[in-house]
Formats: sequence, structure tokens, C-alpha cells
Amino acid sequence: MTTTEPDRSELERQFEDTIGRDQRIEPRDWMPDGYRSTLVRQIAQHAHSEIIGMQPEANWITRAPSLRRKAILLAKVQDEAGHGLYLYSATESLGADRSELTGKLISGKQKYSSIFNYPTLTFADVGVIGWLVDGAAICNQVPLCRCSYGPYARAMIRICKEESFHQRQGYELLMTMMHGTQGQRRMVQEATDRWWWPSLMMFGPPDADSPNTAQSMAWKIKRHTNDELRQRFVDMTVPQAEALGVTLPDPHLRWNAERGRYDFGEIDWTEFTAVIKGNGPCNAQRVAQRRRAHEEGSWVREAAAAHAEKQRALRQVRPGEGAA
Amino acid sequence: MSGQAGDRGDASGAQWPLYEVFVRSKRGLNHVHVGSLRAADERMALHHARDVYTRRNEGVSIWVVAAADITASSPDEKDPFFAPSGDKVYRHPTFYDIPDDVPHM
Repeated sequence: MTTTEPDRSELERQFEDTIGRDQRIEPRDWMPDGYRSTLVRQIAQHAHSEIIGMQPEANWITRAPSLRRKAILLAKVQDEAGHGLYLYSATESLGADRSELTGKLISGKQKYSSIFNYPTLTFADVGVIGWLVDGAAICNQVPLCRCSYGPYARAMIRICKEESFHQRQGYELLMTMMHGTQGQRRMVQEATDRWWWPSLMMFGPPDADSPNTAQSMAWKIKRHTNDELRQRFVDMTVPQAEALGVTLPDPHLRWNAERGRYDFGEIDWTEFTAVIKGNGPCNAQRVAQRRRAHEEGSWVREAAAAHAEKQRALRQVRPGEGAA
Repeated sequence: MSGQAGDRGDASGAQWPLYEVFVRSKRGLNHVHVGSLRAADERMALHHARDVYTRRNEGVSIWVVAAADITASSPDEKDPFFAPSGDKVYRHPTFYDIPDDVPHM
């Protein structure tokens, strides 16, 4: 079928119209290069975060205090792997190459969320990650379910459904510990102290230092600014902390009746920048572990490809066999 | 695909082929596209699809199709491919005026 090639301004107008009508952009639609590259970068970074995010908690699977906790943790870490895969699938719909993205992750060319560069020192950290880290992730991700790019939005819907289990298991774990011994309660408080500020940093730099936000919001990739989402998270979390009986480590945290929201203290952005730059407590370890898993798995990938090739050749010799 | 294995990708440079995954969530419903994955062959694609897309009883049946085998229409919303159905209003029941008091119509 031959059709006249629409010119670029017409394509741009159609793209803007689709966004304006709050409809989704789908993989084979025309899109501006900047829209495509912004999405690939954001989704890849998100996928990497899910994959690296398996590590801090996976360390506790063999040391979980009961079979129940072990099964839960195993299922949660498996979910993180699944989330990474949904997201890599979305990047491929934009023309990205999955193995190239893995290459960029293990060579340090692409980033992942700074939060996963912190260590999990006790089992209470597992609970606090579910409560605060997954809680912050949900806050960030729920609006992404309405992202203008269809495959990303659909992946986020699946992810958000599963994250809800992650957050609840974490909170339940912490409640159990808070009903335990004095020592267990102290562990929960210490883990909360360690994770609170890094969790607030998960929303990214303050709006004034986030130059890409305006364009991302115009494209409806992002629906809220970093500071709006951070405030929403604080407002949601304070009553949860009270119900749990822990203190959030911020002397400036207080209810502001005038705003109808909580005021909170200044975030240490120098720490955030340092961790992003690779100087967090676990950056090197996380990337090295991912690289090792990738390299040590290469013989499995090669063997599977060789086996598939052999089976294909056999089917050509004996057609009809093996067909389902 | 670029064919490039990435900075430290696989030595062979080859990547497993891409499969699109369709899941029937329960009896009585169609298979629906849920995403894609990479696998060495169809059998592995089915196993991976089960692990990636149906960890919580989301499906009773899965189809995997090599992405390279899919033929698709053009994505353009004003594609003349769909023009034949655009002007045939008489294909819809609301096109016909029937008095209100005629039952069961």
C-alpha cells in the first residue's frame, strides 16, 4: 500500500494531539527523538533498579528466621526480577537492546536508584525496605500507571499490584518485631533511622534542581514533581510510623495545620550526590555482583542457544516430529 | 536490534530471540497480549512466560509467538487500511428507526 509520507510537522501535531487527548503513545507510533530517548533512559534505569534491588534483601533469604519469612522473601525477590523483566520488555518496544542495557549497567554507564547502595545490616532492614522503600516506590509509581507511553504504563500497573504485597509484608514483619523483645524493637528503630532519609531521596532532587521535569510533565511521562511526591510520601508515612511505635529521625517533622501537611527537615543532598556518583556504602559491591552473575551465566545462555539450534536442525531432518 | 552485544555482553554476540506473550486469564476470555521476553526456543519461552507473567494465577493458558513472525497493520490512526469500515453506518443496529412500542427489538 502506498500512502503519501506525512511531513514532520504533521507527525508532530498528531503526536501532540494524542498526548493532549490523554491517549497513549504505542510502540510503532511516530514520536520525537527526545521522547524516545527520555523513556529509554528512565525505563532502563527503573529496570536496573529492580534487578539491583534484589541484592540487599536476597542476602537475608538464607538467614530468614522462619520458613514463612523465607518463603515470603523469596517470592518478593522473585517479583523484583519479574519487574525488571517487564520493564526491559518495555524498553525493547522502543527499539532498545536488552543485552546492551545490561552491558551499560555492569559497566557503570547507566544508573539505578541510589537507595540500593545502602546495606541491610539486620533482619529489621528487610521489613523497613518493604515499608519505606517499597512505600516510596509505590508513591512514585502509581502516577506512572497513567504515563503517556502505553507499554510503560501497562508494566507499571502490574508492578504496582505486586508492590502492595511488598509493602504490607514489610510492615507486618515490623509489627511482629515491635511486639517482640526490647532488642527487636531497638533493631526496628535503628533500621528506620538508617532508611528514612535515603527513602526521601528516592524521589530525586528538589524541583529547582530537576531540569528535565518540565519536559517530562509536558509529555505526560511524569504526572507530579519530585517534591510533590515526596510530600505525599511523608504525609502517608507519619501515621504509619505512629501506629508502629517508631520515631522518624527528623526533629523538624511536625504537622502544619495551615498547609494541612507535614513539615519536614532539610535533606542532605551532598550525600545523595555522593551516592549517585558511586561513593555510597555498597555501589561497587552491587555492580560487581551483577557483573559476576551475568558473566558466570554466559555458558548457560550459550548452551541453551546451542540446544535450540540443534533441535531446530533435527526438526528439519524429521519434519512433523516434536510439533505440538 | 543492533546486533551489538553491549559493553560486556555475551561473547557470542548473539541474543536469544524475542517472543511476544499472550495470556488467557480464565476460561471464556480471549488470550490477551501481556508483554514480551527472550528465550532460546519456544519451550523455554513458555516456561519463562509462566514465571514472568503468571506468578499469581493470572492465566490458565499461554501463547508465545516469535516477534519476528507477527505481521501488523500500520500504526497510523488515519490508516486507509481501516477506511472501508469508516463510512458504513448501516452496519450498526442504531442506524435503523423502529417504533418504541415494538417489543424485543
